[in-house]
Amino acid sequence: MAPPLLSIRDLHLTMTSFEGEAHVLNGIDLTVRRGEIWGLVGESGCGKSLTGLSISRLVPAPPAAYKRGEIAFEGRDLLRLPMREVQALRGKRIGMIFQDPTTNLNPAYRIGEQLVDVALAAAKHDPSILDCEAGAGRRTRRRAAHRLAAEMLDRVGIPNAEERLDNYPHEFSGGMRQRVLIAMALIGRPDLLIADEPTTALDVSVQAQILKLLKGTVSDHDIGVILITHNLGVVAETCTHVAVMYAGNIVERGPVAEVINRPAHPYTRALMAAIPTRASQRGSLNGLGGAVPNLVTPPPGCRFAPRCARAIAACSAQQPPALPVAGEHHAACIRLAESEELEHV
Amino acid sequence: MSDPILQIENVSKVYGARRALFGKTAEVQALQDVSLSVRKGESFGLVGESGSGKTTLTRSILHLETPTAGRILFEGRDLAQLSAAEMRRLRARVQIVFQDPYASLNPRMSVQDIVTEPMLIHRETLGLDRRQRIERAAELLSLVGLGPQHLSRFPHEFSGGQRQRICVARALASGPELLLLDEPTSALDVSVQAQVLNLLCELQDQLGLTYFFISHDLAVVRYLCDRVALIYRGELVEEGETDRIFDHPESEYARMLTRAMPEVRVPA
Ligand SMILES: Nc1ncnc2c1ncn2[C@@H]1O[C@H](COP(=O)(O)OP(=O)(O)O)[C@@H](O)[C@H]1O
Ligand SMILES: Nc1ncnc2c1ncn2[C@@H]1O[C@H](COP(=O)(O)OP(=O)(O)O)[C@@H](O)[C@H]1O
Ligand SMILES: [Mg+2]
Ligand SMILES: [Mg+2]
Repeated sequence: MAPPLLSIRDLHLTMTSFEGEAHVLNGIDLTVRRGEIWGLVGESGCGKSLTGLSISRLVPAPPAAYKRGEIAFEGRDLLRLPMREVQALRGKRIGMIFQDPTTNLNPAYRIGEQLVDVALAAAKHDPSILDCEAGAGRRTRRRAAHRLAAEMLDRVGIPNAEERLDNYPHEFSGGMRQRVLIAMALIGRPDLLIADEPTTALDVSVQAQILKLLKGTVSDHDIGVILITHNLGVVAETCTHVAVMYAGNIVERGPVAEVINRPAHPYTRALMAAIPTRASQRGSLNGLGGAVPNLVTPPPGCRFAPRCARAIAACSAQQPPALPVAGEHHAACIRLAESEELEHV
Repeated sequence: MSDPILQIENVSKVYGARRALFGKTAEVQALQDVSLSVRKGESFGLVGESGSGKTTLTRSILHLETPTAGRILFEGRDLAQLSAAEMRRLRARVQIVFQDPYASLNPRMSVQDIVTEPMLIHRETLGLDRRQRIERAAELLSLVGLGPQHLSRFPHEFSGGQRQRICVARALASGPELLLLDEPTSALDVSVQAQVLNLLCELQDQLGLTYFFISHDLAVVRYLCDRVALIYRGELVEEGETDRIFDHPESEYARMLTRAMPEVRVPA
């Protein structure tokens, strides 16, 4: 059987700052197959972005250091691949969308030129992207790339896309630049797409359009996606799977309907209790007290224990392993069995 | 039904053409014939996408922007007709909480200075001496779930949620009746957002405050607000009781928004 598209095993990452060494990723396990959209959720500071950046090897080391584990892309461990080969994968087979669009567009070139370049580069390893005949001349390919650029810009919801190709990045609003980056990442037609809060700064109508486009891309081209977001609503409506992160650990993961309908980990439950829904009565939301711990001196054992209403002494004795809840649904909590029982009384 | 505290009558705002790098920018019609009325003690939600005119309307209510046409009345009195002294007194009664608790607190001021500053600005209206101001700051902090031990601390020592509590304490310092809340929780995690929303509910019940709550997050508006108005490109497109808007939206825009809203359907 072919290896999965992405398989992260026991990944440990530390970050050194003036405060000391922070254990920011503390044994991440995650497998992404083609056709899957994994939502990565959790409060800010839990390690979502660093997980995404690790896959494309974009975490500066130092201050970062990979202490243990592997990140296998189609079976090849990216942590042990020469940087040159990682760079060759990045942007082509592994696409990325970051939250801050200002750093990722070249202010000196027109939007159209930048999109056309990406399309032409991507067509080198997959000529079908341009949809023109094999051996087509340079001009034909350019024209096809231009057409594709206009089409993608239109599909991410930029009005008058054809004309806007001539604009420079500064002539676009922040939200429009973000959409250009999304178009750019999708034009490259990566096999694995990592999108870090791609729609957080966008209006809901644009967000809905882009999430639909993302789902369409996954089903048309059978790619795999990691969608980093703090919005569980976005996860519920877009993702096939979800991984919930807390303080450098994945505390719960599984098929999205499973996890959302039967959250097993107390942290996942707390996050869900904080979301205002149609049924929430005024004043009835449950906030989660406390804050994500300092990762230089993390709490022993389960890192969530100090904020957990169900914690007992044993929780702080050792890091809980991921235990099966049902099928592919796992949660890292030693009180799982007991909470199940409690609910059935 | 209680009296209106705030009335916005046929307000329009056009930003004039400005000189730009290459030539001139066009005029912008930021608000067009907007009318709405906020009742004393209610939470009124204003929802719209970016650029729809929400901030322009807020700034007009604070009298930081002069409408091109129309009137804004506070307790029945036209803001444009107030004398400078009346305007000063009015400013103590209408306060604002901004979106970003990181940007809106001066990093070099202690929490005590931050929370007492509005009392200093409005000392003619409030008549508090230094000791009373510090006492009141301590009371306000405990009201928002912090304590007097935090008075001597600085903003960087607080988390995002705690900073937003400090912003709320500062907004309450001059004893306002109307709070304008401009996306107060959109920079916060859901876990913290829930705490701030609950705090806002408690404060409203305790102090009888009126909220003018601006957001693009429909789920938050549905949770907090009694009535909602939807604004699109400077025009009011729909207004009504929150439940009615969400359950039976009338305008195409309201239907589109409620459809686009990402939701977790939590099993009952
Ligand atoms: N360059 C860095 N140096 C030191 N610590 C960092 C750096 N980048 C991130 N961190 C720390 O790593 C943790 C995880 O950060 P991040 O992955 O950005 O979280 P998230 O994306 O979930 O909000 C946080 O505690 C953050 O402070
Ligand atoms: N000072 C100004 N000069 C010119 N145009 C402005 C100014 N302030 C806002 N605008 C324009 O007015 C419209 C409404 O803006 P704003 O009230 O900030 O919307 P919102 O707060 O809903 O995002 C936008 O088109 C914006 O670009
Ligand atoms: Mg992040
Ligand atoms: Mg605004």
